[in-house]
Amino acid sequence: MAEELRIGVFVCRCGTNIAGFLDTEDVAEYAQTLPNVVFTRENLFSCSEAGVTDIRNAITENKLTRVVVAACTPLTHEPTFRAACEDAGLNPYLFEFVNIREQCSWVHKTLREEATQKAKDLIRMGVARAALLEPKESIVTDVIPSALVIGGGIAGLTAALALANRGFEVKLVEREKEVGGMLKNLHQIYPYKVEAGEFIATKIKEVEKSPKIEVLTGHSLEKLGGFIGNYQATVGSGDGSAKELKIGVIIVATGASLLVPEGSFSYNGEDVINQLQLEERLKNRAFDAQNIVMIKCVGARVKERLYCSRICCMTAIKDGILIKKQNPDANVHILYRDLMCYGVANEEMLRQAKELGVRFVNYSLDSPPVVEDGKVKVHSNVLGRDLELESDLVVLITPLIAREGAAELSKLLKVPLDEYKFFLEAHVKLRPNDFATDGIYICGSAHWPASTAEAIQQALGAASRASIHMTNKKVKVEPIVSMLFDEEACRGCGLCASLCPYAAIEMVETEKGTKAKMIEVACKGCGVCAASCYKQAIKMIHYSDEQLTAQIRVAFREKEVESGV
Amino acid sequence: MLEVGRHPNINMLAYSEVKEVTGEVGNFTVEVNKKARYVKEEVCNACGDCIAKCPMKKVPDEFDMKLRNRKAIYLYFSQGIPAVATIDKEHCIYFVKGKCRVCEKFCQKGAIDFEQQDQMLKLNVGAVIVATGFDLLDPSGLTQYGYGRIKNVITGLEYERLINATGPTEGHLLRRSDEKSAQKVAYLQCIGSRDLKNCSYCSHVCCMYSIKDAMLAKEHDPESVSYIFHTDLRNVGKWFQKYEIRGKEEYGINFVRGRVAEITEDEEQNPIVWYEDTNTQEVRNLTLDMVVLATAAMPSKGIKELAEMLGVSTDEYGFIRTGLPFPTDTSVAGVFACGFCIAPADIPESVAQASGAASRAAEVVFARKAKKRA
Repeated sequence: MAEELRIGVFVCRCGTNIAGFLDTEDVAEYAQTLPNVVFTRENLFSCSEAGVTDIRNAITENKLTRVVVAACTPLTHEPTFRAACEDAGLNPYLFEFVNIREQCSWVHKTLREEATQKAKDLIRMGVARAALLEPKESIVTDVIPSALVIGGGIAGLTAALALANRGFEVKLVEREKEVGGMLKNLHQIYPYKVEAGEFIATKIKEVEKSPKIEVLTGHSLEKLGGFIGNYQATVGSGDGSAKELKIGVIIVATGASLLVPEGSFSYNGEDVINQLQLEERLKNRAFDAQNIVMIKCVGARVKERLYCSRICCMTAIKDGILIKKQNPDANVHILYRDLMCYGVANEEMLRQAKELGVRFVNYSLDSPPVVEDGKVKVHSNVLGRDLELESDLVVLITPLIAREGAAELSKLLKVPLDEYKFFLEAHVKLRPNDFATDGIYICGSAHWPASTAEAIQQALGAASRASIHMTNKKVKVEPIVSMLFDEEACRGCGLCASLCPYAAIEMVETEKGTKAKMIEVACKGCGVCAASCYKQAIKMIHYSDEQLTAQIRVAFREKEVESGV
Repeated sequence: MLEVGRHPNINMLAYSEVKEVTGEVGNFTVEVNKKARYVKEEVCNACGDCIAKCPMKKVPDEFDMKLRNRKAIYLYFSQGIPAVATIDKEHCIYFVKGKCRVCEKFCQKGAIDFEQQDQMLKLNVGAVIVATGFDLLDPSGLTQYGYGRIKNVITGLEYERLINATGPTEGHLLRRSDEKSAQKVAYLQCIGSRDLKNCSYCSHVCCMYSIKDAMLAKEHDPESVSYIFHTDLRNVGKWFQKYEIRGKEEYGINFVRGRVAEITEDEEQNPIVWYEDTNTQEVRNLTLDMVVLATAAMPSKGIKELAEMLGVSTDEYGFIRTGLPFPTDTSVAGVFACGFCIAPADIPESVAQASGAASRAAEVVFARKAKKRA
């Protein structure tokens, strides 16, 4: 026997926010006439203690089986009203929110009658959907308190230590034979005048000493299964031996590579070198040039690579300062398009370089410098004339580019890359360390070129984000997810899995063939899978076709009646 | 803001100031003055009835850069958290003249409380994170730009309010002098930044927000024409160069390499900018409807007192010093910092730093708990 539907509708006045622009009394009276509605009430403020008590009492006294509140937005008060239902013994997913403030009274302030009618329409739709709501439970999964950090440069080491210091197990996987990353090859870290080699050596020692961190050098990720809280990662060393790891969260810290300027400006690695080679010479005290010309933006901010690599200006300026300090008679010219010394310390370095006599020459992309034997010709924009600079060493400043293997890793993790193959975060402004997929985080130059300080800040940030679920020990998500409700219909085509932005669908072999399998805890309920399934085998829980069609149907039926159709 | 306001582990004290900090890492005592709003926070639900009835209508609205007035009882801004009205004691007729109490009469929830006092709260915490942000340089002192004297020279923040649909002009870019639409607008970089007489550092965010501002003007009025006067255009962030190219190609922004030396005014109160185009080495001028100054960003007012209270060291400008090994750590153990208070930073940088500082603070708290257990 079908349950008896007893719907209660609460219309909020919100002081004058709603009642000031539409007739809430009329709206409440109208609600009383809707099918299955056994109780209506107009509240001054439904969200207030008095309003919530009213809802609770009405549920008990009138044996309500569904509750509709017409007020503001789910973002402001849905938790409040769901809790009220739960307190009165009603499943919180039997609650329906109708927005008559942001989407009605506030936007139709001068149209009282129309706004009143619209509020009625919206409530009629809400009541129609409420009738079809089903009780649901939250989805909960345990989180293994262990993290996989991919990449052993400064970002990966920092993230690993931050998590280990908070008591979590860490598996640190590094593709190369040793950890340390790019800092191993650098001379000094700007703007701090800290020796890069010493700095990274200290970090490595700390990591090695930590009982919580297992370092797997010469290993990379080969396979990944599972989902947030419960991943199975296979890491291998390429010789066939593999290790299975059970982990709860993943941090990507694979860094970036320096573009090698093969074929540009007579690059030869001897008297026309790149920035890493200059760093090495300075670090090994093997630097003895007298006339140095650095050319910036070689391969950066050009058609093939429309981005600024962010850190090269400062590296070049820092090296210019070091050269001038070592040999004040040296001539250092830096040819640039824009000097990207953002912030306080970077600008200070630029001033210091100028004071020490480093010369800056502004060129434009239309007339790039020309490297000839022993000299560099350039048109100075500011002076408005051509210059010929003597040079026994030319340094080509090239950008950081995505690491080889970024594409493969992104496929394994099912997280996206941008067009330059840097990893693409969940939100470029507000979620710089998250991926859209919960449980996987990003930091350092794998995400975008970053200075050492920035890489450390981001690594700590990623560790912080990753620690949230491990600290809570559980992930709890709303049961607003997709579901394969017609397994027969599923043809196993995999369209849904390939379109899912959250890696929440996997294709599995069953007795009945290949079928889609939903990973509920990773699902965000966006509905892409259900919309794209041409066999209509997928259903959205809490936003089912039946519920939405019922809403749409009543939205128009009333109109038909009015117009006599 | 909503997320913070609703988080069960966050106790948010708005309209409050830190007065004293004692103790050490793992065990700080922080005294906070929670200022009286004369409205009961737990009762008020920001319905706005009191604001509608308040007869004191002529208080310059700080949130709207004083471009319009607010009442003596007000919400700082409509999305503010907590959503609670506040009585501005200095302008409230009852507090000034001893008579009125209209808000009290109209509040249906009985939330008004004229007897409310400031409250001194003592908080015991394991770690402190400083995230006090920035203020902008008042360009009145840079007389060559004529701000304050030439009506149609405004600051970037004033522009933000004008172009905002909820702002004083409902999103129309109206000139201060004659309320006419401004179509030809220049955006000037490095006003007080990279300037040895003012802030010798780079404020980092102005290049990009000026491009955004010019795009907004074009979206609002397809006839608008924009000029960005700049030195180095610092588009270092993710996809920033593409944004600049979009500004140039899709929005027709004119980028002029040159620092404006002076702004004068013609008879119609149109500002005229005088500059050297450093690409052509020519001195030129350009008459405009409006000029927007990208003023230098500085550590917020009060940072010096706060730094002294905490004992953390600052640089010559007042930014809190951080460094290696942890650019989230100040000179005092257990005190961390993030965002603009350590140096100019854009949104993603600030967010990453904030998560980073939270991670460091959590390490401290965890170490303390682990020690207790041992």
